[in-house]
Amino acid sequence: MDLNQRFEAYIASDQKIEAKDWMPDAYRKTLIRQISQHAHSEIIGMQPEGNWITRAPSLKRKSILLAKVQDEAGHGLYLYSAAETLGISRDEMFDALHTGKAKYSSIFNYPTLTWADMGAIGWLVDGAAIMNQVPLCKCSYGPYARAMVRVCKEESFHQRQGFQIMLNLSNGTPEQKEMAQDALNRWWWPSLMMFGPNDASSKHSEQSMRWKIKRFSNDELRQRFVDMTVPQAELLGLTVPDLDLKWNEATGHYDFGPIDWSEFEQVVAGNGPCNRERIEARVAAHENGAWVRDAAAAYAEKSAKRASSQTSAA
Amino acid sequence: MADQQHEWILRLGDDALVLAQRLSEWCSHGPALEEDIALSNIALDLLGQARALLTLAGQRESQGRDEDALAYFRTDREFCNALLVELPNGHFGDTIVRQMLFDQFAVLRYEALASQAVDLELAAIAAKALKEVRYHAAHSAQWVVRLGDGTEESHRRVQKSLNVLWQYTAELFEDDAVSKACDEAGVQPLNGSFTARWTEQVRAILDEATLTCPESTALLTGGRSGRHTEHLSYMLAEMQVLQRTYPGAEW
Ligand SMILES: [Fe+2]
Ligand SMILES: [Fe+2]
Repeated sequence: MDLNQRFEAYIASDQKIEAKDWMPDAYRKTLIRQISQHAHSEIIGMQPEGNWITRAPSLKRKSILLAKVQDEAGHGLYLYSAAETLGISRDEMFDALHTGKAKYSSIFNYPTLTWADMGAIGWLVDGAAIMNQVPLCKCSYGPYARAMVRVCKEESFHQRQGFQIMLNLSNGTPEQKEMAQDALNRWWWPSLMMFGPNDASSKHSEQSMRWKIKRFSNDELRQRFVDMTVPQAELLGLTVPDLDLKWNEATGHYDFGPIDWSEFEQVVAGNGPCNRERIEARVAAHENGAWVRDAAAAYAEKSAKRASSQTSAA
Repeated sequence: MADQQHEWILRLGDDALVLAQRLSEWCSHGPALEEDIALSNIALDLLGQARALLTLAGQRESQGRDEDALAYFRTDREFCNALLVELPNGHFGDTIVRQMLFDQFAVLRYEALASQAVDLELAAIAAKALKEVRYHAAHSAQWVVRLGDGTEESHRRVQKSLNVLWQYTAELFEDDAVSKACDEAGVQPLNGSFTARWTEQVRAILDEATLTCPESTALLTGGRSGRHTEHLSYMLAEMQVLQRTYPGAEW
């Protein structure tokens, strides 16, 4: 049996691959792409919600939102670390993000226009993220699987907090209820797009399934999300913006209308409402922080020198 | 006296709230992920302190105002934070020097408040806050040293931050009828009594950072009596927008 066959057999028997284990180049590359893309999504995802921290409508809400956005930074950190175990540096990954070579979840290229968007994002976007991510807790690459366990715990908090915001708005004044409905109208379809293209046109799926770095198809996960979310919308007294949506007794699932993939492709291609702002803000933070990182590095070097000259003197 | 203690607690709460609001502006714009997280952490601690203090101030005032009524329905003329904490964030060095100057003061103030037995509710809040601000003080001091003794550029930048921000430090140590009443009641010694220790500690940090302690220059003041910089009104307009637009709504 050659290395490759041994690797495939190892994965087939549900064992975890660790950083130092032999792995095919393609597996490594696919994982680097997937994990770094995921990390970038966490980091870029801080911006649309960060947009409302200073305007949060109560101190309690401010505190919850700030803690949530901080969690997302933490997720980014775990995931960059997981990707680093595959032999790529955080700087290289940042560079790919900043120059547009690396992708991140398109959902974060939509604007957050009202406070209700904080509810809709938590409820729908974190909800969709959980659907996508829970299976990854069992993915074949150990460091990624372990990072996902931590991430998923926090995401389910976020989802509940988002739902709570929606609930308060739905039970609030007519203006608040309208705000909640408007947010659902704007975030529903982009959330369904978070699961990626239909299975028929998804290019990476089959190989990734075999390697167990993807465990369910895009369409399966999307269906689960719809099935979970529609009753929640009913509970909120809000209307899902899809005229074709209806319960299918025969399949035991909700049928839903066709997704406008041309919009998805536009946003992925960089033409969404906020693509430019998101990257510009990210690059600005990085560039404005360069002198700080340089100073920290210079100081660390000086301190190390002082420490070593002290030990050699002693 | 009750009035003055309520006012006193409001000052503590406003310092914490306004600085938390400023620090939260950093979220997703920090110089490194780790520092983004650290600044958010500090903001969250301060926000927690502000909520406890404003709630207590509202109870003592007994006019039915809770933390949100105090945070969202007062004008800038009614806020009584020190000017230092409302200043715009500037660059990371400005933020961290402001933080260090404030943290060193906050530690001394909370030490005193945590160890008195006249106002036990306030002492309990102070004891919790003290643990937090000690951590903040270590963090900001460490960064001032890194930036001061880092590169030529970082040294030049934070020396300038320090020269500008220094003008706002004397206000922290001012005393008036409110602080005198608190001193007499045994709640907290005069602000002026902290000057020597604060100066000593700040100088030690600046020495290690190879920074020059500014000579006292024009010293700016007014925050405690509601005369603020131009910046606070903008901050409050942003912070209060939803409450003011939809009065009476629950969120
Ligand atoms: Fe996350
Ligand atoms: Fe999340």
